[in-house]
Amino acid sequence: MKSLAAFAIASLCCVAAAAADYVEVPGGRFESVLPQGSSPTVSSPVNVTAFAMRVKPVTVAEFAAFVRAHPEWQRDRIPALFAEKRYLLSWAGDADPGPKLAPQSPVTDVSWFAAKAYCESEGARLPTWLEWEYVAAADDSRRDARGDAAWRRQILSWYERPSDAQLRAVGGKPNAYGIGDVHGLVWEWVDDFNALFIAGDSRTQGDPDLLKFCGAGAINIIDRDSYAVVMRIALLSSLNAADTTSSLGFRCVRPHEEASP
Amino acid sequence: MNIRSINRREALLSLGAIACLPLAARAAASATAPVPGNSLYQLHAALTDQDGRPFDMASLRGTPVLVSMFYSSCQMVCPMVFETIHSTLKALPPDERAEMKVVMISFDPARDTVAVLKKTAAVRNCDAQWTLARGDESTSRKIAAALNIQYRRLSDGEFNHSTIITLLDREGRIASRTGKLGTVDTALVKAVHEVHAVKG
Repeated sequence: MKSLAAFAIASLCCVAAAAADYVEVPGGRFESVLPQGSSPTVSSPVNVTAFAMRVKPVTVAEFAAFVRAHPEWQRDRIPALFAEKRYLLSWAGDADPGPKLAPQSPVTDVSWFAAKAYCESEGARLPTWLEWEYVAAADDSRRDARGDAAWRRQILSWYERPSDAQLRAVGGKPNAYGIGDVHGLVWEWVDDFNALFIAGDSRTQGDPDLLKFCGAGAINIIDRDSYAVVMRIALLSSLNAADTTSSLGFRCVRPHEEASP
Repeated sequence: MNIRSINRREALLSLGAIACLPLAARAAASATAPVPGNSLYQLHAALTDQDGRPFDMASLRGTPVLVSMFYSSCQMVCPMVFETIHSTLKALPPDERAEMKVVMISFDPARDTVAVLKKTAAVRNCDAQWTLARGDESTSRKIAAALNIQYRRLSDGEFNHSTIITLLDREGRIASRTGKLGTVDTALVKAVHEVHAVKG
């Protein structure tokens, strides 16, 4: 019964999202693996405000249309501040992915600046870490499946597979929100990628951490069982905004319809 | 031997001329030349200063700039950033100090209104050499990303953030960064000398 209900919800979501490729995500109380309060060690659930998220990651075809409409984001024109040399490296031409890349596969080799500009071009923005993690906590029937060891193992198994030479098309099985490919396809940029492990810069300095940071000092990971999510944080924290990798893509979010002005 | 040494001197002179030429050409062109690709001024960030005027960082092109980020309600580290920049300015020779600009950008545009920025500028003894600026959240995030500054708003309204003071050269490129607070970083001062020496 439960799964039937979830199926019904998922179906409704997908029908609603088909036009815009976005689906409403209701707000809720959520405990992040990152402490959200001023104490770095005390877990503190927070309210996540409702938002709408892209059902699928942005595809190669969609990003190609974007750079054709906004040629300043083509790899031959993009300023070095916004993207390193590997930006769209696998593409055949400056505005042409070429025949080797499947149009419906997720776009990768994009910098944070480029991902952000893409989202802005469709009236959206990148999700925050909290929004991404909130959605990523869902399996196909539960909004928060993180307590399920079997499900956690299933996510981890993705990381154990050798990375595919060619990424498959987007459109994997949707989770309880109707959002697909959150796990198992690509890593994803978040808007506040540079807000996760705050301790990065202190490694090169001898100064006490207290002098480096306002607020709570360095970050602790509260739920150490969430390896898969922690790996995401580790990856994102290691990146600069101009960096690109062949397995890092993105999706966008929009304000919740009722909440938007 | 004599001839040889003259030749060498001539060679050195012509080398000097070659080295100087691009510099002169660059100086002449700098007013109209495109902003370098790795310049912070590529951001075209829409900011507002402590007097409520629109502020474009690219308007500082041609002069060295110290830039950092802060939020006004921060009680501990942020005042030290202001103090450290004051100390750094004092450690500079008068001509280098006179041409330096300082830009402080807020992480917290929601609470750092123009009035709050104005008050903070007064409390932190920031004269006309300083610009305290705010943008929208997306703009703050972009500037932080370009400066490799990490920050995160906590549920209690405080911010976790790394504290970095960045020196921009005359073209807005990152010339030096320091995370040292409460003391003048000699490496930063040395970098200011170098940036100053390259005339715009």
